[in-house]
Amino acid sequence: MDAKQLVRDFVMTNFYVPDSLALADTSSLLATGIVDSTGMLEVIAFLEDTFSVTVNEDEMVPGNLDSIENITRFVARKSG
Amino acid sequence: MCGIAGIVALQESAPAPDRDLLVRMAGSLRHRGPDEFGIFRDRRAGLAHARLSIIDVATGQQPMASEDEGLWLVFNGEIFNYVELRAELVALGHRFRTQSDTEVLIHAYQQWSDGCFERFNGQWAIALWSRADRRLVLCRDRYGVRPLHYVEHAGSVRFASEIKALFADPGVPRALDSEGLAQAFTFWSPLAPRSAFAGVREVEPGHVRTYQDGRVTDRAWWTPRYEPDAGLRTAGDAADAVQAALANATSLRMLRADVPVGSYLSGGLDSSLIAALGREVVGSRFQTFSVTFEDAEFDESGHQRAVVERLGTEHHAIRISGRDIADVFPQVVAHAERPLLRTAPAPMFLLSKLVHEHGIKVVLTGEGADEMFAGYDIFREGRVRRFWARQPQSLVRPRLLERLYPYLARSPVSRSALAREFFGRDLDQAGRPGFAHGPRWSTTSTLQRLFEPSRAAAAERYDPVAELLESLPSGFPTWTPLAQDQYLECRTLMSPYLLSAQGDRMLMAHSVEGRFPFLDRDVIGLANALPDAAKLAGLDEKHVLKQVARAYLPASVVDRPKQAYRSPDAAAFFSRGEPAWVADVTSPAAIAGAGVFDPKAIAQLLGKCRTRAQAGPTSNSDNMAVVGILSTQMLHRLFVEANPAGTALPELRTSVERS
Repeated sequence: MDAKQLVRDFVMTNFYVPDSLALADTSSLLATGIVDSTGMLEVIAFLEDTFSVTVNEDEMVPGNLDSIENITRFVARKSG
Repeated sequence: MCGIAGIVALQESAPAPDRDLLVRMAGSLRHRGPDEFGIFRDRRAGLAHARLSIIDVATGQQPMASEDEGLWLVFNGEIFNYVELRAELVALGHRFRTQSDTEVLIHAYQQWSDGCFERFNGQWAIALWSRADRRLVLCRDRYGVRPLHYVEHAGSVRFASEIKALFADPGVPRALDSEGLAQAFTFWSPLAPRSAFAGVREVEPGHVRTYQDGRVTDRAWWTPRYEPDAGLRTAGDAADAVQAALANATSLRMLRADVPVGSYLSGGLDSSLIAALGREVVGSRFQTFSVTFEDAEFDESGHQRAVVERLGTEHHAIRISGRDIADVFPQVVAHAERPLLRTAPAPMFLLSKLVHEHGIKVVLTGEGADEMFAGYDIFREGRVRRFWARQPQSLVRPRLLERLYPYLARSPVSRSALAREFFGRDLDQAGRPGFAHGPRWSTTSTLQRLFEPSRAAAAERYDPVAELLESLPSGFPTWTPLAQDQYLECRTLMSPYLLSAQGDRMLMAHSVEGRFPFLDRDVIGLANALPDAAKLAGLDEKHVLKQVARAYLPASVVDRPKQAYRSPDAAAFFSRGEPAWVADVTSPAAIAGAGVFDPKAIAQLLGKCRTRAQAGPTSNSDNMAVVGILSTQMLHRLFVEANPAGTALPELRTSVERS
């Protein structure tokens, strides 16, 4: 399974997003309220467990973490 | 304190109110008033009453009539200034037969008609039937301490303290209401006039609703005003005035009772101050009651002990585990009669049981202080976000949020770039009503994604926030941002949730009456006339109240950081064994039967909670989602599948029939 699909599956399942919501890859997870402050910790733990990457303090920015698209790009850059 | 109910025909052709139905309605409210039952009935109207005897125990029976029997009344609550009103009415020529506050109400209505309500200092739900002009009057106190629901059905209006009494007639439809659910999954409760049930309404706080010859009127007899009083400008003036008003409000609530009055004591500033003021009134034996938690995260027993030691009260505490909460939660929902997004009402349910077991019928509480004197984080958050909005690119200003939420320092969201996403939404709309509450409402309403498609579509068409903001009082735009936030907090959280779901309903579940000195008429007026700086000085919340409290309480209690009252939420249901009812109300059949939630999303959420039960903190969203689902499913089970009214026919102390 490609990284984007893994990320999407995690977001949809862990944050119980019904298929009918049609969450776009570019939707902001924080602004839509799907992910809250503790939920962001769950996202980071998922990335570290699944992709064996370490998320540094200075990488915790919306450009890396706030949408399925951004997360996927961030993981690709880290693993690449 | 009591339960009231009744039926009034809206058309000449409608049948006379059914006697057995009235008695069943009263019987379904037995927990509110187990001491005596009474009904009145004529061709058009029936009134029913379940009484908890507190004032004039011997002769205060209800329904009560005027001397000429032209007026009949049932009443739940207290008019604390009834002694003063009685003297005023005697001077105007009125003659009294009893010492009860109920009779004062009747004469006050005869003298001043609907103008009587603004003279009352108290907490009430009243139903008054005027036989002469065939007029029904339904009224609630300023902030809706006492509940009053109604439904118009089959040519009549039926009203009652609780919804279950309306369902005593099996002909009244019982279904969950999409708009009420959308409100609950935004504000934490449906807001009057809506309820969680289709067709069931609630008289709004501070409103009077009348029915007469086919005409219905509904108007606010009271609306809060926030207009600073120039006489309260100095800190000393404000503190003196608040001290005097609170002492008087507490004393009225201690002395206007023919039974002993106790006090809740959370260990926080508000209830500790009220207990201290109450202690001064009685001088002798004074009982206080607390909740303590097994889980240290929620427990405040150290602070409770410090206050008890200082005040010398006879103290009782009940220690509560997560499992206790899970076990009583179905009963909690049965009394709350709405979806819940927090378990916090459950410990209050257990606490009123403890009070009842000690023979106490009336307790003071500190409820209302955080709304009147700006104690909540949301007021501070609103102030920080407005300050930030003036320099939206600032990296320093959002970091002020860490002073409000210490947990943020441990969270990636403390990083200013993420904080901007999380707290910085709509910074360009800082001047709009609801700006401070926006993040809370949108975080909660995001959970509506759990609704199944047709409910979600209904929720999509209905915007509870827009409806609220379209119904603001005319003075609202002239108030300061803090006053606007206080108003919205009172209307959306205090009245429907804190005073009702977590207040009246949990107290009355065990026949205990709560009294709220911070919601005294004169305290409200004074608090709303204070300059903002007396309430929220910089980011120091309840500033003036702390000044007052120093004379009464240990410094450790006055100066401690505010701890929001909370209890274990998702963890209560999953971390130490799961009560059987949880799987039962969330089975695929039960989810499909209730028709509220999406089965797959529910399975994902519950699966996550069950596997993560021991694995660290549960997010705020997950906590709200779990409690919201379990309570809504239980509500459907108890109120829609089953009929909550019961069929008991209590023995009547008063039964009056007129043609």
